[in-house]
Amino acid sequence: MCGIAGLFFKNKSLEPFLGKLFSEMLDCMSSRGADSAGFAVYGSTVSAGNLKVTLQHPGPEFPWRQLSAALQKQFKQKPKVETVSNHAIFTLRGEEAAVQRFIRAQFPAVNIMSVGRRIEIMKETGLPCTVLERFGVREMRGSHAIGHTRMATESAVTTAGSHPFSTGQDLCLVHNGSLSNHNTLRRNLRREGIEFQTENDSEVAAGYLTWRLREGDTLDQALEKALKDLDGFYTFTIGTRDGFAVLRDPIACKPAVMAETADYVAMASEYRSLAVLPGIEKARIWEPEPAKIYTWNAKN
Amino acid sequence: MKNGTADLMEARGPKPRLKRVAKPKPSKPTEKARVVDLGKSTVRALNAALHEITVPEPALWKVKNPRGAHAIACGLQQPVMVEIEGPVGYYCAGMNQAATVIVKGNAGTGVAENMMSGFVHVQGNASQSAGATAHGGLLVIDGDASARCGISMKGVDIVVKGSVGHLSAFMAQSGNLVVCGDAGEALGDSIYEARIFVRGKVTDLGADCVEKPMRAEHRKLLAELLERAGVAAKPEEFRRYGSARKLYNFHIDHAGEY
Repeated sequence: MCGIAGLFFKNKSLEPFLGKLFSEMLDCMSSRGADSAGFAVYGSTVSAGNLKVTLQHPGPEFPWRQLSAALQKQFKQKPKVETVSNHAIFTLRGEEAAVQRFIRAQFPAVNIMSVGRRIEIMKETGLPCTVLERFGVREMRGSHAIGHTRMATESAVTTAGSHPFSTGQDLCLVHNGSLSNHNTLRRNLRREGIEFQTENDSEVAAGYLTWRLREGDTLDQALEKALKDLDGFYTFTIGTRDGFAVLRDPIACKPAVMAETADYVAMASEYRSLAVLPGIEKARIWEPEPAKIYTWNAKN
Repeated sequence: MKNGTADLMEARGPKPRLKRVAKPKPSKPTEKARVVDLGKSTVRALNAALHEITVPEPALWKVKNPRGAHAIACGLQQPVMVEIEGPVGYYCAGMNQAATVIVKGNAGTGVAENMMSGFVHVQGNASQSAGATAHGGLLVIDGDASARCGISMKGVDIVVKGSVGHLSAFMAQSGNLVVCGDAGEALGDSIYEARIFVRGKVTDLGADCVEKPMRAEHRKLLAELLERAGVAAKPEEFRRYGSARKLYNFHIDHAGEY
């Protein structure tokens, strides 16, 4: 099992309530996955040329100031830092590859959760309600968020094995299901230069999308190819800079239900999660069809 | 489960080929409805109370605030009427015997799964595996049902006023599936002796499922099912599908189809 929840506001005036509503949706999915939880929130946008980098260290009191000082020395500017539990969000001007390379080389124990201009990925092992509390998700604001509650089947219960998985700037993936050809895919993707941290099958799906997007595919093209190359069960929800996408495998093994009103679009593994949303009684509710890509963004 | 075993034995026994199922008799409430608010009470308490009913006297129960909760009104064994005022989650009215369960909203996966008898009416859409493995009774879905509707059905009658998703009536063994809209891919794959009636278009038929002629007896059966479900359509508008009976036993010529 595993649970997924995603919420995207069409009505900007709802943005202050993202954290509250999304927390309730994700908490509701605890019964589908109680060993870890994670989410990506799309809140404030940093100005062009700047990067928002979310980092994590397993220890409770990592000296983020040291990392900040090192970044300042290397990139000749003082990064903005905000710490949330054992995660830290750095904002700095720089080129993504150079920043990632520097952090990996100088602070190998630090994990890079996400990079982009809006995205902040946070994840941790533990009961979803505890994880949500620890990161103060209820207070978060933004245009959209996707999240995951995990019941591990394929690999260990670790922070690195939790979802979402970053798949590029402002992009991430959550997965409910299991892939059967992930070892072959991982081998092939490693040859293409994609790096993996875990034995997790979902990380391979994320790596696959990272590879296709790097090769110049649009998200839709990458997902079309994923339908051919990924073998197994999946409902994917993909967070993008200005919206999210949903894709189910061709025989729809894993559940998904969607709701749309004039104010929002939401998806979840089960209707129970949608029941917490305002105006759900009048929402259009439907089950996404198998092998069909659904995309929402601020433009449509 | 005082009477459960006996009913089960009976349901598994041989059945006439064109069985006429007794019309379900929705209970006429003789007393004020009992109201259970799932915003205040648990599903477990509701189901326990419904299981405690021993006198088979008509009674009306109203369930408020279901909010998609799972396993509402499961395992009922008395001819009570349960009206659920909103959407339900998984396995609503599962294993139903004799009761009438009305869902005023959408239903999640496996509504009326393994129903033995009685009547289940979903007034919205139903998710996957509606009526799965059900032995008897009538399941009516006013909207659409998604994938695997009537999977492994064993004698139930299912009437879907909208369309059904892929792999509906997969390995269906007995009973009738009536689809007033369209049917998705691989309809009736590996079907045994169930009958499928579809009014709209069928994306494609599964292995060993073929179109069959509509004879007078089928039109009569279908007319009765449509009437019981409250559908105004005419039997002549439907086509019938069933088993070619080539996959009953392993045959090397069909190895690719199993």
